[in-house]
Amino acid sequence: MITNNKQNMLIWIGLAISAVVPLLLPNYITVLTYIWVMIILALTWDMLGGQTGYTSFGNILFFGVGMYVSAVVQRDMFSSGLDRFERVSEIVVNLNASEYFVSLAVGTLAGAIVAVILAVILGSGILGMRGHYFAICTLGLGHAAAEIASGIDYIGAGSGMVTPIYPGELALSKEAFYYYAFMLFAIVTFFLFRKIYQSQFGLALNAIRDNENKAESMGIHTTQYKIAGWSIAAFFLAIAGAGVGNVIGFIDPVEIAFSGPTFGVWMIVMAILGGKGTIWGPVLGAVILYSAKETFWTYLLGWDKVALGLLIVIIVVYFPKGVLGYFKERKQLSNSILSQKGEG
Amino acid sequence: MDQLNVKSVDKAYGGVIANHDVSLTVPEGKIVGIIGPNGSGKTTLFNSIVGHHPIDSGEIHFNGKEISSLTIPQIARLGMLRTFQQTHIYGKMTCVQNMQISSDIDANWKRIFNPFSKEVDEMVDELLAFVGLYKKRFLLAGDLSFGQQKLLEFAMALMKKPTILLLDEPTAGVNPTLINGLIDRLRQVNEEKGITLLVIEHNMRVIMNLAEHIYCLANGTMLADGKPDDIQNDQRVIDAYLGN
Repeated sequence: MITNNKQNMLIWIGLAISAVVPLLLPNYITVLTYIWVMIILALTWDMLGGQTGYTSFGNILFFGVGMYVSAVVQRDMFSSGLDRFERVSEIVVNLNASEYFVSLAVGTLAGAIVAVILAVILGSGILGMRGHYFAICTLGLGHAAAEIASGIDYIGAGSGMVTPIYPGELALSKEAFYYYAFMLFAIVTFFLFRKIYQSQFGLALNAIRDNENKAESMGIHTTQYKIAGWSIAAFFLAIAGAGVGNVIGFIDPVEIAFSGPTFGVWMIVMAILGGKGTIWGPVLGAVILYSAKETFWTYLLGWDKVALGLLIVIIVVYFPKGVLGYFKERKQLSNSILSQKGEG
Repeated sequence: MDQLNVKSVDKAYGGVIANHDVSLTVPEGKIVGIIGPNGSGKTTLFNSIVGHHPIDSGEIHFNGKEISSLTIPQIARLGMLRTFQQTHIYGKMTCVQNMQISSDIDANWKRIFNPFSKEVDEMVDELLAFVGLYKKRFLLAGDLSFGQQKLLEFAMALMKKPTILLLDEPTAGVNPTLINGLIDRLRQVNEEKGITLLVIEHNMRVIMNLAEHIYCLANGTMLADGKPDDIQNDQRVIDAYLGN
Protein backbone atom coordinates (compact mmCIF):
# COMPACT_ATOMS: atom_id res chain seq x y z
CA MET A 1 0.00 0.00 0.00
CA ILE A 2 1.16 3.50 -0.78
CA THR A 3 1.80 5.35 2.45
CA ASN A 4 0.10 8.59 3.34
CA ASN A 5 3.37 10.46 2.97
CA LYS A 6 3.91 9.33 -0.61
CA GLN A 7 0.29 10.09 -1.35
CA ASN A 8 0.61 13.55 0.16
CA MET A 9 3.63 14.33 -2.00
CA LEU A 10 1.67 13.42 -5.12
CA ILE A 11 -1.21 15.50 -3.87
CA TRP A 12 0.95 18.60 -3.34
CA ILE A 13 2.41 18.29 -6.84
CA GLY A 14 -1.10 17.93 -8.24
CA LEU A 15 -2.26 20.93 -6.28
CA ALA A 16 0.59 23.11 -7.40
CA ILE A 17 -0.41 22.35 -11.00
CA SER A 18 -4.10 22.87 -10.21
CA ALA A 19 -3.40 26.26 -8.68
CA VAL A 20 -1.59 27.49 -11.80
CA VAL A 21 -3.77 25.94 -14.50
CA PRO A 22 -6.60 28.52 -14.41
CA LEU A 23 -4.03 31.25 -15.01
CA LEU A 24 -2.73 29.43 -18.09
CA LEU A 25 -6.10 28.32 -19.43
CA PRO A 26 -8.53 31.05 -18.38
CA ASN A 27 -11.16 29.86 -20.86
CA TYR A 28 -11.41 26.49 -19.17
CA ILE A 29 -11.82 27.78 -15.65
CA THR A 30 -15.51 26.88 -15.28
CA VAL A 31 -14.95 23.36 -16.59
CA LEU A 32 -12.08 22.96 -14.16
CA THR A 33 -14.27 24.25 -11.34
CA TYR A 34 -16.77 21.54 -12.14
CA ILE A 35 -14.09 18.88 -11.89
CA TRP A 36 -13.57 19.88 -8.25
CA VAL A 37 -17.34 19.86 -7.75
CA MET A 38 -17.56 16.37 -9.23
CA ILE A 39 -14.78 15.14 -6.96
CA ILE A 40 -16.74 16.35 -3.94
CA LEU A 41 -19.96 14.76 -5.20
CA ALA A 42 -18.28 11.42 -5.82
CA LEU A 43 -16.42 11.47 -2.49
CA THR A 44 -19.57 12.21 -0.49
CA TRP A 45 -21.59 9.56 -2.31
CA ASP A 46 -18.92 6.99 -1.56
CA MET A 47 -19.25 7.46 2.21
CA LEU A 48 -22.46 5.45 2.22
CA GLY A 49 -22.40 3.94 -1.28
CA GLY A 50 -18.86 2.56 -1.20
CA GLN A 51 -17.57 2.38 2.36
CA THR A 52 -20.84 1.21 3.90
CA GLY A 53 -22.23 -0.60 0.85
CA TYR A 54 -25.54 1.26 0.97
CA THR A 55 -26.43 2.47 -2.51
CA SER A 56 -28.29 5.75 -2.24
CA PHE A 57 -30.06 7.29 -5.20
CA GLY A 58 -31.28 10.18 -3.12
CA ASN A 59 -28.13 12.09 -2.16
CA ILE A 60 -29.04 14.75 -4.73
CA LEU A 61 -31.61 15.85 -2.14
CA PHE A 62 -28.88 17.29 0.11
CA PHE A 63 -27.21 18.96 -2.85
CA GLY A 64 -30.42 20.79 -3.77
CA VAL A 65 -31.34 21.61 -0.19
CA GLY A 66 -27.94 23.21 0.37
CA MET A 67 -28.37 25.17 -2.84
CA TYR A 68 -31.82 26.51 -1.96
CA VAL A 69 -31.22 27.26 1.71
CA SER A 70 -28.06 29.12 0.90
CA ALA A 71 -29.70 31.07 -1.92
CA VAL A 72 -32.58 32.14 0.32
CA VAL A 73 -30.23 33.29 3.09
CA GLN A 74 -28.11 35.18 0.57
CA ARG A 75 -31.19 36.87 -0.88
CA ASP A 76 -32.89 37.85 2.36
CA MET A 77 -30.06 38.48 4.80
CA PHE A 78 -29.26 42.05 3.78
CA SER A 79 -32.32 43.09 1.83
CA SER A 80 -35.77 43.97 3.10
CA GLY A 81 -38.54 41.43 2.83
CA LEU A 82 -40.02 40.30 -0.44
CA ASP A 83 -42.31 42.56 -2.34
CA ARG A 84 -45.35 40.33 -2.59
CA PHE A 85 -46.20 41.63 -6.08
CA GLU A 86 -42.80 40.95 -7.49
CA ARG A 87 -42.12 37.66 -9.21
CA VAL A 88 -39.64 35.80 -7.05
CA SER A 89 -37.78 34.31 -9.96
CA GLU A 90 -36.94 37.79 -11.21
CA ILE A 91 -35.58 39.19 -7.96
CA VAL A 92 -31.94 40.02 -8.39
CA VAL A 93 -30.13 41.15 -5.27
CA ASN A 94 -27.14 43.45 -5.50
CA LEU A 95 -24.83 43.22 -2.52
CA ASN A 96 -21.53 44.91 -1.77
CA ALA A 97 -18.48 42.72 -1.34
CA SER A 98 -18.63 42.23 2.42
CA GLU A 99 -22.38 41.60 2.37
CA TYR A 100 -21.91 39.12 -0.47
CA PHE A 101 -19.29 37.03 1.26
CA VAL A 102 -20.90 37.16 4.71
CA SER A 103 -24.26 36.05 3.34
CA LEU A 104 -22.55 33.38 1.23
CA ALA A 105 -20.76 31.97 4.27
CA VAL A 106 -23.83 32.09 6.50
CA GLY A 107 -26.04 30.68 3.76
CA THR A 108 -23.66 27.82 3.00
CA LEU A 109 -23.41 26.87 6.64
CA ALA A 110 -27.18 27.09 7.08
CA GLY A 111 -27.67 24.87 4.03
CA ALA A 112 -25.24 22.31 5.42
CA ILE A 113 -26.96 22.27 8.81
CA VAL A 114 -30.42 21.87 7.29
CA ALA A 115 -29.09 19.02 5.15
CA VAL A 116 -27.63 17.27 8.19
CA ILE A 117 -30.93 17.60 10.08
CA LEU A 118 -32.72 16.13 7.07
CA ALA A 119 -30.22 13.28 6.84
CA VAL A 120 -30.72 12.42 10.51
CA ILE A 121 -34.51 12.49 10.25
CA LEU A 122 -34.68 10.57 6.96
CA GLY A 123 -31.92 8.22 8.03
CA SER A 124 -33.68 7.29 11.26
CA GLY A 125 -36.67 6.37 9.12
CA ILE A 126 -35.09 4.45 6.28
CA LEU A 127 -31.55 3.44 7.27
CA GLY A 128 -32.93 0.67 9.44
CA MET A 129 -33.69 -1.03 6.13
CA ARG A 130 -31.07 -3.28 4.62
CA GLY A 131 -29.33 -3.02 1.26
CA HIS A 132 -31.68 -3.00 -1.69
CA TYR A 133 -34.69 -1.90 0.32
CA PHE A 134 -32.85 1.25 1.30
CA ALA A 135 -31.79 1.85 -2.30
CA ILE A 136 -35.36 1.60 -3.55
CA CYS A 137 -36.55 3.87 -0.78
CA THR A 138 -34.09 6.61 -1.78
CA LEU A 139 -35.17 6.52 -5.42
CA GLY A 140 -38.02 8.93 -4.87
CA LEU A 141 -36.24 11.39 -2.58
CA GLY A 142 -34.80 13.72 -5.22
CA HIS A 143 -37.93 13.65 -7.32
CA ALA A 144 -40.17 14.36 -4.33
CA ALA A 145 -37.94 17.27 -3.29
CA ALA A 146 -38.11 18.75 -6.80
CA GLU A 147 -41.90 18.51 -6.76
CA ILE A 148 -42.13 20.14 -3.36
CA ALA A 149 -39.70 22.92 -4.30
CA SER A 150 -41.73 23.56 -7.46
CA GLY A 151 -44.71 24.35 -5.29
CA ILE A 152 -43.16 26.86 -2.88
CA ASP A 153 -43.61 30.46 -4.05
CA TYR A 154 -41.12 31.79 -1.54
CA ILE A 155 -38.28 30.13 -3.45
CA GLY A 156 -39.66 30.92 -6.89
CA ALA A 157 -41.64 27.70 -7.28
CA GLY A 158 -41.23 26.11 -10.71
CA SER A 159 -39.54 29.14 -12.25
CA GLY A 160 -36.63 28.94 -9.85
CA MET A 161 -34.65 31.77 -8.30
CA VAL A 162 -31.57 33.85 -8.98
CA THR A 163 -28.54 33.98 -6.69
CA PRO A 164 -27.02 37.39 -5.83
CA ILE A 165 -24.72 38.96 -8.37
CA TYR A 166 -21.02 38.69 -7.63
CA PRO A 167 -19.70 42.12 -6.57
CA GLY A 168 -18.03 43.66 -9.60
CA GLU A 169 -15.53 45.88 -7.81
CA LEU A 170 -13.24 43.02 -6.78
CA ALA A 171 -9.90 42.21 -8.35
CA LEU A 172 -10.61 38.48 -8.13
CA SER A 173 -13.10 37.44 -10.80
CA LYS A 174 -16.17 35.36 -9.92
CA GLU A 175 -14.85 32.41 -11.91
CA ALA A 176 -11.47 32.48 -10.18
CA PHE A 177 -13.03 32.88 -6.74
CA TYR A 178 -15.24 29.82 -7.14
CA TYR A 179 -12.48 27.81 -8.77
CA TYR A 180 -10.17 28.30 -5.80
CA ALA A 181 -13.01 27.97 -3.30
CA PHE A 182 -14.02 24.59 -4.71
CA MET A 183 -10.41 23.48 -5.02
CA LEU A 184 -9.83 24.27 -1.37
CA PHE A 185 -13.07 22.62 -0.32
CA ALA A 186 -12.36 19.48 -2.34
CA ILE A 187 -8.95 19.21 -0.68
CA VAL A 188 -10.44 19.66 2.79
CA THR A 189 -13.10 17.04 1.99
CA PHE A 190 -10.51 14.61 0.67
CA PHE A 191 -8.23 14.84 3.71
CA LEU A 192 -11.08 14.72 6.20
CA PHE A 193 -12.65 11.72 4.53
CA ARG A 194 -9.32 9.94 4.38
CA LYS A 195 -8.88 10.54 8.08
CA ILE A 196 -12.40 9.25 8.73
CA TYR A 197 -11.79 6.09 6.69
CA GLN A 198 -8.59 5.36 8.56
CA SER A 199 -10.31 5.82 11.92
CA GLN A 200 -12.42 3.50 14.05
CA PHE A 201 -15.51 5.07 12.52
CA GLY A 202 -14.38 4.19 9.00
CA LEU A 203 -13.69 0.59 9.94
CA ALA A 204 -17.15 0.34 11.49
CA LEU A 205 -18.63 1.45 8.15
CA ASN A 206 -16.58 -1.23 6.36
CA ALA A 207 -17.73 -3.83 8.87
CA ILE A 208 -21.35 -2.95 8.07
CA ARG A 209 -20.54 -3.34 4.36
CA ASP A 210 -18.93 -6.76 4.82
CA ASN A 211 -21.37 -8.33 7.26
CA GLU A 212 -23.98 -6.23 8.96
CA ASN A 213 -25.41 -9.14 10.96
CA LYS A 214 -22.01 -9.84 12.43
CA ALA A 215 -21.40 -6.18 13.23
CA GLU A 216 -24.70 -6.07 15.05
CA SER A 217 -24.06 -9.26 16.96
CA MET A 218 -20.72 -7.79 18.05
CA GLY A 219 -22.52 -4.86 19.66
CA ILE A 220 -22.04 -2.20 16.98
CA HIS A 221 -25.10 0.03 16.71
CA THR A 222 -25.12 -0.22 12.94
CA THR A 223 -28.06 2.10 12.22
CA GLN A 224 -26.46 4.91 14.18
CA TYR A 225 -23.22 4.55 12.24
CA LYS A 226 -25.08 4.59 8.95
CA ILE A 227 -26.98 7.73 9.94
CA ALA A 228 -23.77 9.41 11.06
CA GLY A 229 -22.08 8.51 7.77
CA TRP A 230 -24.97 9.81 5.73
CA SER A 231 -25.06 13.03 7.74
CA ILE A 232 -21.37 13.70 7.15
CA ALA A 233 -21.92 13.14 3.43
CA ALA A 234 -24.97 15.44 3.51
CA PHE A 235 -22.98 18.20 5.20
CA PHE A 236 -20.28 18.31 2.53
CA LEU A 237 -22.70 17.75 -0.32
CA ALA A 238 -24.90 20.67 0.78
CA ILE A 239 -21.90 22.99 0.86
CA ALA A 240 -21.05 21.92 -2.68
CA GLY A 241 -24.67 22.55 -3.68
CA ALA A 242 -24.59 26.06 -2.21
CA GLY A 243 -21.49 26.84 -4.24
CA VAL A 244 -22.82 25.38 -7.48
CA GLY A 245 -25.99 27.47 -7.19
CA ASN A 246 -23.82 30.56 -7.11
CA VAL A 247 -21.59 29.42 -9.95
CA ILE A 248 -24.58 28.88 -12.22
CA GLY A 249 -26.34 31.97 -10.90
CA PHE A 250 -29.77 30.49 -11.36
CA ILE A 251 -31.55 27.73 -9.47
CA ASP A 252 -34.23 25.60 -10.99
CA PRO A 253 -35.82 22.79 -8.96
CA VAL A 254 -35.89 20.10 -11.63
CA GLU A 255 -33.00 20.88 -13.97
CA ILE A 256 -30.39 22.06 -11.48
CA ALA A 257 -31.05 21.69 -7.75
CA PHE A 258 -32.64 18.23 -7.64
CA SER A 259 -31.41 17.08 -11.01
CA GLY A 260 -31.40 13.30 -10.70
CA PRO A 261 -30.42 12.54 -14.31
CA THR A 262 -27.30 14.75 -14.19
CA PHE A 263 -25.63 15.39 -10.81
CA GLY A 264 -27.63 12.66 -9.09
CA VAL A 265 -26.52 9.91 -11.47
CA TRP A 266 -23.04 11.28 -12.11
CA MET A 267 -22.01 11.09 -8.48
CA ILE A 268 -22.88 7.39 -8.42
CA VAL A 269 -21.31 6.57 -11.79
CA MET A 270 -18.12 8.45 -10.95
CA ALA A 271 -17.62 6.67 -7.64
CA ILE A 272 -18.25 3.26 -9.21
CA LEU A 273 -16.08 3.97 -12.26
CA GLY A 274 -13.13 5.01 -10.16
CA GLY A 275 -13.59 2.25 -7.62
CA LYS A 276 -16.08 2.54 -4.79
CA GLY A 277 -14.96 1.96 -1.27
CA THR A 278 -11.56 3.57 -1.89
CA ILE A 279 -10.53 7.15 -1.21
CA TRP A 280 -8.87 7.70 -4.59
CA GLY A 281 -11.50 5.91 -6.65
CA PRO A 282 -14.13 8.67 -6.56
CA VAL A 283 -11.46 11.28 -7.29
CA LEU A 284 -10.22 9.34 -10.29
CA GLY A 285 -13.75 8.55 -11.47
CA ALA A 286 -14.75 12.20 -11.25
CA VAL A 287 -11.79 13.35 -13.30
CA ILE A 288 -12.23 10.62 -15.93
CA LEU A 289 -15.98 10.96 -16.32
CA TYR A 290 -16.15 14.72 -16.34
CA SER A 291 -13.20 15.14 -18.70
CA ALA A 292 -14.70 12.53 -21.03
CA LYS A 293 -18.10 14.20 -20.86
CA GLU A 294 -16.68 17.61 -21.76
CA THR A 295 -14.48 16.20 -24.50
CA PHE A 296 -17.31 14.24 -26.08
CA TRP A 297 -19.56 17.27 -25.85
CA THR A 298 -17.00 19.42 -27.61
CA TYR A 299 -15.98 17.05 -30.40
CA LEU A 300 -18.90 14.66 -30.80
CA LEU A 301 -21.89 16.90 -30.26
CA GLY A 302 -25.01 14.92 -30.98
CA TRP A 303 -23.23 11.65 -30.28
CA ASP A 304 -21.72 12.74 -26.98
CA LYS A 305 -24.20 10.86 -24.77
CA VAL A 306 -23.70 7.71 -26.87
CA ALA A 307 -19.94 7.98 -26.49
CA LEU A 308 -20.26 8.54 -22.75
CA GLY A 309 -22.55 5.53 -22.46
CA LEU A 310 -20.07 3.44 -24.41
CA LEU A 311 -17.25 4.50 -22.12
CA ILE A 312 -19.28 3.52 -19.06
CA VAL A 313 -20.11 0.13 -20.60
CA ILE A 314 -16.44 -0.51 -21.41
CA ILE A 315 -15.35 0.33 -17.89
CA VAL A 316 -18.12 -1.73 -16.30
CA VAL A 317 -17.25 -4.75 -18.45
CA TYR A 318 -13.47 -4.61 -18.10
CA PHE A 319 -13.21 -2.99 -14.67
CA PRO A 320 -16.34 -4.11 -12.79
CA LYS A 321 -14.84 -2.98 -9.51
CA GLY A 322 -13.76 0.36 -10.93
CA VAL A 323 -10.37 1.39 -12.21
CA LEU A 324 -8.83 1.49 -8.76
CA GLY A 325 -10.67 -1.57 -7.49
CA TYR A 326 -9.11 -3.50 -10.37
CA PHE A 327 -5.57 -2.63 -9.33
CA LYS A 328 -6.32 -3.10 -5.65
CA GLU A 329 -7.61 -6.60 -6.29
CA ARG A 330 -4.56 -7.55 -8.35
CA LYS A 331 -2.32 -6.32 -5.58
CA GLN A 332 -4.15 -8.31 -2.93
CA LEU A 333 -4.03 -11.41 -5.11
CA SER A 334 -0.28 -11.17 -5.46
CA ASN A 335 0.02 -10.51 -1.73
CA SER A 336 -1.85 -13.66 -0.81
CA ILE A 337 0.12 -15.74 -3.33
CA LEU A 338 3.36 -14.40 -1.89
CA SER A 339 2.37 -15.20 1.67
CA GLN A 340 1.32 -18.72 0.73
CA LYS A 341 4.67 -19.29 -0.94
CA GLY A 342 6.43 -17.93 2.12
CA GLU A 343 4.62 -20.43 4.26
CA GLY A 344 5.27 -23.48 2.07
CA MET B 1 -24.45 -18.41 40.79
CA ASP B 2 -26.39 -18.96 37.56
CA GLN B 3 -25.14 -16.58 34.93
CA LEU B 4 -27.68 -17.50 32.30
CA ASN B 5 -31.11 -18.76 33.14
CA VAL B 6 -33.57 -19.77 30.44
CA LYS B 7 -37.07 -20.50 31.75
CA SER B 8 -39.62 -22.44 29.67
CA VAL B 9 -39.01 -20.60 26.41
CA ASP B 10 -41.38 -21.17 23.48
CA LYS B 11 -40.61 -20.18 19.91
CA ALA B 12 -42.59 -21.10 16.82
CA TYR B 13 -42.08 -20.14 13.18
CA GLY B 14 -45.62 -20.07 11.88
CA GLY B 15 -46.91 -23.58 12.55
CA VAL B 16 -43.48 -25.08 13.16
CA ILE B 17 -42.67 -25.32 16.84
CA ALA B 18 -38.91 -24.84 17.06
CA ASN B 19 -38.63 -24.62 20.84
CA HIS B 20 -41.22 -25.73 23.36
CA ASP B 21 -40.87 -25.26 27.10
CA VAL B 22 -37.08 -25.17 26.95
CA SER B 23 -35.25 -24.40 30.19
CA LEU B 24 -31.59 -24.45 31.03
CA THR B 25 -29.17 -22.86 33.44
CA VAL B 26 -25.54 -22.02 32.91
CA PRO B 27 -23.51 -21.48 36.08
CA GLU B 28 -20.80 -18.85 35.99
CA GLY B 29 -17.37 -20.01 34.87
CA LYS B 30 -18.52 -23.43 33.66
CA ILE B 31 -18.61 -25.08 30.25
CA VAL B 32 -22.08 -26.28 29.32
CA GLY B 33 -22.92 -28.22 26.16
CA ILE B 34 -26.04 -28.51 24.05
CA ILE B 35 -26.47 -31.52 21.78
CA GLY B 36 -29.32 -32.79 19.69
CA PRO B 37 -30.06 -34.14 16.23
CA ASN B 38 -30.30 -31.77 13.24
CA GLY B 39 -33.36 -29.57 13.41
CA SER B 40 -33.90 -30.08 17.12
CA GLY B 41 -33.92 -26.34 17.80
CA LYS B 42 -30.42 -25.68 19.15
CA THR B 43 -29.63 -22.69 16.97
CA THR B 44 -33.15 -21.31 17.47
CA LEU B 45 -32.47 -21.37 21.19
CA PHE B 46 -29.20 -19.46 20.67
CA ASN B 47 -30.99 -16.92 18.51
CA SER B 48 -33.61 -16.46 21.21
CA ILE B 49 -31.01 -15.93 23.90
CA VAL B 50 -28.97 -13.31 22.01
CA GLY B 51 -32.06 -11.37 20.94
CA HIS B 52 -32.06 -12.30 17.27
CA HIS B 53 -35.83 -12.75 17.39
CA PRO B 54 -38.52 -12.22 20.02
CA ILE B 55 -39.61 -15.30 21.96
CA ASP B 56 -43.25 -16.32 22.15
CA SER B 57 -43.27 -16.96 25.87
CA GLY B 58 -40.88 -17.68 28.73
CA GLU B 59 -38.10 -15.74 30.37
CA ILE B 60 -34.37 -15.35 29.79
CA HIS B 61 -32.28 -13.98 32.63
CA PHE B 62 -28.66 -12.93 32.27
CA ASN B 63 -26.93 -12.13 35.55
CA GLY B 64 -30.38 -11.79 37.07
CA LYS B 65 -31.57 -9.34 34.43
CA GLU B 66 -34.47 -10.09 32.07
CA ILE B 67 -33.03 -9.75 28.54
CA SER B 68 -35.63 -11.32 26.26
CA SER B 69 -36.85 -7.90 25.09
CA LEU B 70 -33.41 -6.38 24.43
CA THR B 71 -31.82 -6.02 20.98
CA ILE B 72 -28.74 -7.90 19.78
CA PRO B 73 -26.27 -5.01 20.29
CA GLN B 74 -27.66 -4.30 23.77
CA ILE B 75 -27.22 -7.91 24.83
CA ALA B 76 -23.79 -8.06 23.25
CA ARG B 77 -22.76 -5.03 25.28
CA LEU B 78 -23.82 -6.78 28.47
CA GLY B 79 -21.03 -9.25 27.81
CA MET B 80 -22.78 -12.09 26.01
CA LEU B 81 -21.48 -12.87 22.54
CA ARG B 82 -22.17 -15.64 20.07
CA THR B 83 -20.33 -17.14 17.14
CA PHE B 84 -22.08 -18.60 14.15
CA GLN B 85 -22.27 -22.09 12.69
CA GLN B 86 -21.39 -20.65 9.27
CA THR B 87 -18.53 -18.27 9.90
CA HIS B 88 -19.45 -14.62 10.04
CA ILE B 89 -16.39 -12.48 9.44
CA TYR B 90 -15.71 -9.28 7.53
CA GLY B 91 -14.36 -10.82 4.33
CA LYS B 92 -12.97 -7.75 2.58
CA MET B 93 -11.04 -6.59 5.64
CA THR B 94 -7.72 -7.91 6.90
CA CYS B 95 -7.53 -10.11 9.98
CA VAL B 96 -6.11 -7.20 11.97
CA GLN B 97 -8.98 -4.95 10.91
CA ASN B 98 -11.48 -7.69 11.76
CA MET B 99 -9.99 -7.80 15.24
CA GLN B 100 -9.71 -4.03 15.69
CA ILE B 101 -13.33 -3.39 14.86
CA SER B 102 -14.30 -6.08 17.35
CA SER B 103 -12.84 -4.02 20.18
CA ASP B 104 -15.27 -1.95 22.19
CA ILE B 105 -15.33 1.15 19.96
CA ASP B 106 -18.36 2.71 21.60
CA ALA B 107 -16.74 2.70 25.03
CA ASN B 108 -14.62 5.68 24.03
CA TRP B 109 -16.82 7.29 21.41
CA LYS B 110 -15.09 10.65 21.67
CA ARG B 111 -12.12 9.02 19.97
CA ILE B 112 -14.25 7.50 17.23
CA PHE B 113 -12.57 9.56 14.51
CA ASN B 114 -9.09 8.59 15.70
CA PRO B 115 -7.20 5.46 14.73
CA PHE B 116 -7.25 2.52 17.12
CA SER B 117 -5.33 2.93 20.34
CA LYS B 118 -2.08 1.17 21.08
CA GLU B 119 -3.75 -1.00 23.73
CA VAL B 120 -6.21 -2.29 21.14
CA ASP B 121 -3.42 -3.06 18.69
CA GLU B 122 -1.47 -4.91 21.37
CA MET B 123 -4.51 -6.94 22.30
CA VAL B 124 -5.08 -7.73 18.60
CA ASP B 125 -1.55 -9.08 18.22
CA GLU B 126 -1.80 -11.06 21.42
CA LEU B 127 -5.10 -12.71 20.53
CA LEU B 128 -4.10 -13.41 16.93
CA ALA B 129 -1.01 -15.13 18.27
CA PHE B 130 -3.22 -17.02 20.74
CA VAL B 131 -5.32 -18.55 17.95
CA GLY B 132 -2.28 -19.02 15.70
CA LEU B 133 -3.16 -16.52 13.00
CA TYR B 134 -0.43 -13.97 13.68
CA LYS B 135 1.44 -14.80 10.46
CA LYS B 136 -1.67 -14.28 8.41
CA ARG B 137 -2.73 -11.05 10.07
CA PHE B 138 -2.49 -8.88 6.94
CA LEU B 139 -4.45 -11.25 4.71
CA LEU B 140 -8.07 -10.57 3.87
CA ALA B 141 -10.25 -12.57 6.23
CA GLY B 142 -12.25 -13.83 3.24
CA ASP B 143 -9.12 -15.53 1.88
CA LEU B 144 -8.60 -17.68 4.98
CA SER B 145 -9.67 -21.30 5.05
CA PHE B 146 -12.92 -22.16 6.78
CA GLY B 147 -11.19 -23.47 9.89
CA GLN B 148 -9.01 -20.39 10.13
CA GLN B 149 -12.06 -18.19 9.78
CA LYS B 150 -13.59 -20.02 12.74
CA LEU B 151 -10.48 -19.31 14.77
CA LEU B 152 -10.59 -15.69 13.72
CA GLU B 153 -14.23 -15.41 14.70
CA PHE B 154 -13.40 -16.90 18.07
CA ALA B 155 -10.58 -14.40 18.56
CA MET B 156 -12.88 -11.56 17.51
CA ALA B 157 -15.34 -12.54 20.18
CA LEU B 158 -12.54 -12.46 22.76
CA MET B 159 -11.70 -8.86 21.76
CA LYS B 160 -14.97 -7.77 23.34
CA LYS B 161 -13.90 -9.29 26.71
CA PRO B 162 -17.15 -11.22 27.04
CA THR B 163 -18.22 -12.91 30.26
CA ILE B 164 -20.07 -15.64 28.41
CA LEU B 165 -19.58 -17.03 24.91
CA LEU B 166 -22.24 -18.90 22.96
CA LEU B 167 -20.47 -21.08 20.41
CA ASP B 168 -22.52 -22.62 17.62
CA GLU B 169 -20.68 -25.75 16.46
CA PRO B 170 -17.15 -24.39 16.85
CA THR B 171 -15.56 -27.50 15.32
CA ALA B 172 -17.89 -28.10 12.36
CA GLY B 173 -15.89 -28.10 9.14
CA VAL B 174 -12.58 -27.78 10.95
CA ASN B 175 -9.92 -30.38 10.25
CA PRO B 176 -9.01 -32.82 13.07
CA THR B 177 -5.62 -31.25 13.86
CA LEU B 178 -7.14 -27.83 14.25
CA ILE B 179 -9.96 -29.28 16.37
CA ASN B 180 -7.53 -30.37 19.08
CA GLY B 181 -5.95 -26.94 19.14
CA LEU B 182 -9.36 -25.34 19.27
CA ILE B 183 -10.47 -27.44 22.25
CA ASP B 184 -7.31 -26.54 24.12
CA ARG B 185 -7.94 -22.88 23.51
CA LEU B 186 -11.57 -23.09 24.54
CA ARG B 187 -10.50 -24.68 27.80
CA GLN B 188 -7.77 -22.11 28.22
CA VAL B 189 -10.09 -19.10 27.91
CA ASN B 190 -12.48 -20.77 30.30
CA GLU B 191 -9.80 -21.42 32.91
CA GLU B 192 -7.57 -18.37 32.49
CA LYS B 193 -10.03 -15.67 31.54
CA GLY B 194 -12.95 -17.17 33.43
CA ILE B 195 -15.26 -16.95 30.43
CA THR B 196 -18.36 -19.10 30.68
CA LEU B 197 -18.98 -21.21 27.58
CA LEU B 198 -22.25 -22.51 26.20
CA VAL B 199 -21.42 -24.78 23.29
CA ILE B 200 -23.57 -26.41 20.62
CA GLU B 201 -21.65 -29.35 19.24
CA HIS B 202 -22.25 -32.38 17.06
CA ASN B 203 -18.86 -33.91 17.60
CA MET B 204 -19.50 -36.20 20.60
CA ARG B 205 -15.85 -36.75 21.38
CA VAL B 206 -15.35 -33.01 21.64
CA ILE B 207 -18.40 -32.20 23.73
CA MET B 208 -17.97 -35.13 26.12
CA ASN B 209 -14.41 -34.01 26.79
CA LEU B 210 -15.17 -30.36 27.07
CA ALA B 211 -18.46 -29.86 28.86
CA GLU B 212 -19.18 -30.38 32.52
CA HIS B 213 -22.92 -30.49 31.99
CA ILE B 214 -24.85 -31.36 28.85
CA TYR B 215 -28.38 -30.61 27.70
CA CYS B 216 -29.94 -32.69 24.96
CA LEU B 217 -32.64 -31.19 22.74
CA ALA B 218 -34.90 -33.23 20.47
CA ASN B 219 -37.83 -32.01 18.39
CA GLY B 220 -37.71 -28.65 20.11
CA THR B 221 -38.06 -29.91 23.65
CA MET B 222 -35.47 -30.58 26.34
CA LEU B 223 -35.04 -34.33 26.34
CA ALA B 224 -32.45 -34.85 29.03
CA ASP B 225 -29.64 -33.17 30.90
CA GLY B 226 -26.83 -34.34 33.09
CA LYS B 227 -23.14 -35.12 33.30
CA PRO B 228 -21.47 -36.30 30.08
CA ASP B 229 -21.38 -39.92 31.25
CA ASP B 230 -25.06 -39.94 32.17
CA ILE B 231 -26.04 -38.40 28.85
CA GLN B 232 -23.93 -40.88 26.92
CA ASN B 233 -25.77 -43.78 28.53
CA ASP B 234 -29.24 -42.23 28.51
CA GLN B 235 -31.49 -44.45 26.43
CA ARG B 236 -33.71 -41.52 25.37
CA VAL B 237 -30.71 -39.66 23.95
CA ILE B 238 -29.50 -42.69 22.07
CA ASP B 239 -32.98 -43.24 20.66
CA ALA B 240 -33.25 -39.61 19.58
CA TYR B 241 -29.97 -39.85 17.69
CA LEU B 242 -30.67 -43.20 16.13
CA GLY B 243 -34.18 -42.21 15.16
CA ASN B 244 -36.28 -44.62 17.20
